[in-house]
Amino acid sequence: MTVRSRVPFYVFVFLLIAAGIAIATWRHLELGIPWMTGEQRPVWMIEARVDFEGQNSPAEVSLHIPEQPPGFRILTEQAASPGYGFSILDSNSGRRAQWTKRDVAGPQTLYFKAQFVPDEDVIHTPPVRKPRALTVFWEEPQATAVRELLTQASERSSSPESMTRELIRLMQPDNRTQNTTLLVSDDNYLQLLVKMLNHAGIAARTADALKLEDARRRQQLVPFLQIYNGKRWLTFDPRTAEQGVPENLLLWRQGADSLLDVVGGDDSQVSFSMLRQTVPALQLATLESNANGLSVLGFYQLPIEEQSMFRMLLLLPIGALIVAFMRIVIGIRTSGTFMPVLIAVAFVQTTLVPGLIAFLSVVAIGLLLRGYLSSLNLLLVSRISALIILVIFITAGLSIIGYQMGFNTGMTVTFFPMVIIAWTIERMSILWEEEGAREVLVQGSGSLFVAICAYLAMSTPLAGHLTFNFPELHLVILGLILLMGQYTGYKLSELKRFTPMKAYD
Amino acid sequence: MDWISPRRLKNLGMLNMNRRNVDYIARYNDRTSYPLVDNKLKTKLAVSEYGVKTPKLLQVVRQQHEISHFREMAEDLAGFAIKPAKGSGGKGITVITGRDGDDFIKASSARISVAMLERHLTNILAGLYSLAGTPDVAIVENLVQSSPALAKYSFQGVPDIRIVVFQGYPVMAMLRLATTASDGKANLHQGAVGVGLDIGSGQSLNAVQFNRPITLHPDTGLALENIQIEDWENMLEMAARCYEATGLGYMGVDLVVDANEGPLLLELNARPGLAIQMANGCGLLPRLNAIESLKRPHFSPRERALFAMESFARR
Repeated sequence: MTVRSRVPFYVFVFLLIAAGIAIATWRHLELGIPWMTGEQRPVWMIEARVDFEGQNSPAEVSLHIPEQPPGFRILTEQAASPGYGFSILDSNSGRRAQWTKRDVAGPQTLYFKAQFVPDEDVIHTPPVRKPRALTVFWEEPQATAVRELLTQASERSSSPESMTRELIRLMQPDNRTQNTTLLVSDDNYLQLLVKMLNHAGIAARTADALKLEDARRRQQLVPFLQIYNGKRWLTFDPRTAEQGVPENLLLWRQGADSLLDVVGGDDSQVSFSMLRQTVPALQLATLESNANGLSVLGFYQLPIEEQSMFRMLLLLPIGALIVAFMRIVIGIRTSGTFMPVLIAVAFVQTTLVPGLIAFLSVVAIGLLLRGYLSSLNLLLVSRISALIILVIFITAGLSIIGYQMGFNTGMTVTFFPMVIIAWTIERMSILWEEEGAREVLVQGSGSLFVAICAYLAMSTPLAGHLTFNFPELHLVILGLILLMGQYTGYKLSELKRFTPMKAYD
Repeated sequence: MDWISPRRLKNLGMLNMNRRNVDYIARYNDRTSYPLVDNKLKTKLAVSEYGVKTPKLLQVVRQQHEISHFREMAEDLAGFAIKPAKGSGGKGITVITGRDGDDFIKASSARISVAMLERHLTNILAGLYSLAGTPDVAIVENLVQSSPALAKYSFQGVPDIRIVVFQGYPVMAMLRLATTASDGKANLHQGAVGVGLDIGSGQSLNAVQFNRPITLHPDTGLALENIQIEDWENMLEMAARCYEATGLGYMGVDLVVDANEGPLLLELNARPGLAIQMANGCGLLPRLNAIESLKRPHFSPRERALFAMESFARR
């Protein structure tokens, strides 16, 4: 006789649903797990090829590889170089791929492959030690020219960034004065720029970048200028004074002194080829999740076998939701509350039509045999036990006959839960004796209808995708089921049942 | 397909399944009282303390070996009923009305051997008819000799009177008549005829079978319009008294009128069906709301029965 306020209940259900959706959205944004199946993401596969001539001596090749290229994340890295020892070294001056071999002769080719995912939100750790401008000494007459150029640039600028831009502009061929012409020659332009900026008290360095274009081979790195503005390194195009890294630019080398060092080899050179690939977004998220703390909430780290088991288990709530809806709101009568869900799960494994045929034939044969059992006057427990054994015989028989006749689908009968089928047969049989064939038909077809609905919902790729990749969405299902438990309105079937009441209105 | 709109149902005050379960059964029926009504043996004992009469208990079969005593006991009985104590919806009830040599005659006039009855008892003990399939007890009761005034309306079996009792107030009643379709049973979904009864007078109102309105009994052909239940006030009081015995706020009380002993309680039901509304041609909700909004409930069963007769009378 307690009438408790329902407000806390509704708040609780609302929180459940909100939490489910919020966690799912958060994981979608953070881990990049796609909402839909089949979503594709671009990935750049870049291959660095190192060629050199062996000198009949031990060789050590060390190639600088990207560490934190702005705008990209590194997905995979691998080296292909038969006969070489390979390792990736992390040092203060950056990451280097190192190949080593005892005896090297003749032309050699080494490959380093890496996949990069475009990602604007990559967070970069700032340099541990603040970079300082280097001290540079100039000789006359360059010293005067440099001093004049720097004065000119600093007069027109207010910050390290604008200073850099002005300086680059002043050094362009069409703006060149006598002073600049004196300093600049074609091959030392970038080095000169770095030296001048350092002289002006701005820490500057060079970087090498790769222009990303689909299916290019034998590409070379393009030099860029980087300055430190007190917080982080900024990238400038030394030719156009443009600031920032364009979308299709991958900074391969930043900060390190050399790109390629070869000890024990001649004529060394490095070239790059690249390919734009598309990878399913889900696969990408799975690959990346290993490194991410959020992955604790997912199933990706479980062994594959357990994963596939969970894939099945996590579909059950959908079936339960459908059964609850069908019974509470629609008002379909089923034999056994959740028998339809278990049948639907079996259907998922057998596919619909073979499953339906197998199920109906097992139940039909079972009902015939149950008719004989009921005349034996057995105790209930032993009758059910006998029925379970008979059901196993029937399934085995159907499988074997099906197989001999060339239907492999006959084997799928084994997916049905034997005990559930035995109970279904028992209940149907009693129903038949007590209420007649019509009620058996009503409840049987009701159960099958609900099972098929549950099967259709559970077998959609989207359902499998969402339940497995966003397990927190089950909180939403739980919330909906709880809400349905409070539904006190008319069932659809009652609108039909109570129709004769029209006469009294 | 013919449908009725939810709004019209609401205007009629029709109680529906979901609302019954959530707002009445879950709220007013304490789970601890369920065994009292789900077990007919316990019901018998509980209500007898409150002066509610039930059919005479002949034998209780609790163990498999006790079935052999059944043969001796039934030796010189002409009529009795075998019931599973925990059965629901009339399942597993076998009514014997006579004998033919060694065989028994069922209410449907089919012959049944002692061996068959013993097998039936075995099934009951194994829990075939019990609510959760749990082991059960079989009870053998004296056959109710229906009062001829009512018996003539029923094709076979005993007509019974279902009264819905809410917080001790009888709110709605109907007479249930067995038909050939229902195999002598008085359950509406099995095809029995439901005749709505005026709470105020015990007079019949409308009749339905399979949810369809009818005016004549399909088997006996008798008009169902002017049935008058005798001793109506006492029957309502008896139903109201079951509230004290069980503490269930929302229940169905099934009574029969015995030719010799008067009104007897057959069984109680903690989840009474909704078809009684169809038989009465009106919804339960207005009456339930009226009881719920009572500021000072009546304490004695008699007062409650009289209050209901006054408040819910139709004529």
